[in-house]
Amino acid sequence: MSFVSSLQKSLATSKFTITGELTPPKSASIEDVLDGAKLIKDDVVATNVTDNPTSRVVMSTLATCHLIEKQTGLETIYQITCRDRNRLALQSDILAANALGIKNILVLTGDYITMGDHPEAKPVFDLDSVQLLWAIKRMQEEGLDLAGKKLKTPPKLYVGAAVNPGLDPIEPEIIRLEKKVAMDTKFAQSQCLYDPTVLEKFMDQISHLDVKILVGITPLLSAGMAKWMVKNCPGVIIPDEMIKRLKGAEDKVQEGIKMMVEVVSEIASMGVAGIHVMVPERADLVAETVKAIKASGVV
Amino acid sequence: MIVTKEKPLEEILGFLSPYKKILVVGCDGCTTPPRGLREAKTYATLIEMSRKPKNKNFECKATTVSKQCDNYDCATTLTPQIENVDAILSFACGVGVQTLVDVFPEIPIYPGQDTIFLGSQDRDNAAMYEKCISCGDCILGETGGICPRTRCPKGLLNGPCAGHMNEKCEVDREKDCAWVLIYKRMKDAGQLDKFREFRKPRNYQISTAPQQIVRSSSE
Repeated sequence: MSFVSSLQKSLATSKFTITGELTPPKSASIEDVLDGAKLIKDDVVATNVTDNPTSRVVMSTLATCHLIEKQTGLETIYQITCRDRNRLALQSDILAANALGIKNILVLTGDYITMGDHPEAKPVFDLDSVQLLWAIKRMQEEGLDLAGKKLKTPPKLYVGAAVNPGLDPIEPEIIRLEKKVAMDTKFAQSQCLYDPTVLEKFMDQISHLDVKILVGITPLLSAGMAKWMVKNCPGVIIPDEMIKRLKGAEDKVQEGIKMMVEVVSEIASMGVAGIHVMVPERADLVAETVKAIKASGVV
Repeated sequence: MIVTKEKPLEEILGFLSPYKKILVVGCDGCTTPPRGLREAKTYATLIEMSRKPKNKNFECKATTVSKQCDNYDCATTLTPQIENVDAILSFACGVGVQTLVDVFPEIPIYPGQDTIFLGSQDRDNAAMYEKCISCGDCILGETGGICPRTRCPKGLLNGPCAGHMNEKCEVDREKDCAWVLIYKRMKDAGQLDKFREFRKPRNYQISTAPQQIVRSSSE
């Protein structure tokens, strides 16, 4: 069997796959993000590259993906959101991604525009993530754009989406994942997970779905960060015990990483395909977390 | 109802500063809160107070129209009152303002308020809630009678995004997530099968502005 990407190959053939995440620079120079890519290159199969995360302007994801791949050899997962582009722009960027040699795409609806640094901008949301997945499926399977016009060469991307196991109510999220899988989503990366019991229940609820789950792992760097996340990040559930441990820890970062190693050891047997490690603006901590997880032998 | 909000008085006075004979026109139609004759008179007084005694020739009168969005109502009510008027301040919605512009093309017309949304009135809470964006393609029959195009800021059509928390919207934690409301309502009604259906992208072509309906001569 031939694989579209190293990520697809890893998910098909490895017991446990690890992806990372990088944010494009708020800069016209690619250098800063290349340093991050070099730091995590040997620890992850591929890295997500975010798309104006939390609605803040940074370098184009497409260009960042291309330059990371060209200059470091690290495979990327091109994140594309529906917030800033209409269906014409989304489709043309997808064609461009394929032409640039990008092999993985992660489709998101996107944070709302008022959450970022340009709150007065016009929100687009011409498509939602399920509709964009539908558009990609049509492009890839039928060689047609959304208008039904023929594409001379259809794109060939490995397609993923996001999922949040901690939402309440959870049933609409499961139904949404069912819709995404029906649109040929092959992998789903999750919101940060801290409570393995949440995931255990969720994996049971989606056992009918053929999709590879990469569980979101973000080490907690302080008790303050943990409390902030519980209050502000939908679906993030952090056991009190973790917050207590962070409060008491001398080296909070090391304690945070240690707790993630423990979480991974618990979830590894829950039928997940792997983990997605993200630490905003701290590629060094992505690398450190992955190294600690691998060194512990839990996966 | 069409929900409106008064503009700041300084902005209104700025519009009117070049003019000496001003007519303030309320509207008795569907805008809310209502700004008819009484409110027009209040504004006329405020505007006069801002000018006198600096300008003795200044005059500001107040009147109202049953529906400012009706060109016949505007013409019949206002034509006898606009002699020598050199500007009109309208307290209708944006539709009423522009109807006046069509009826009296020679007179400068200014808005006294901002038009905000099509609202449903909740008398218990003294509140107005936006419920319809006039998209021209009603999907309430598919979404449990709750409009996601209006009540979900992202206008999602295939269920909630992953931003809801305590059933509230990611954009404003005081507001309900429209898709959680839709889910609960459709679940209670035994309509989850319909909830699960894939909904294709919205057709914006049918709502290209400006919309119009012109009755043909045969009708």
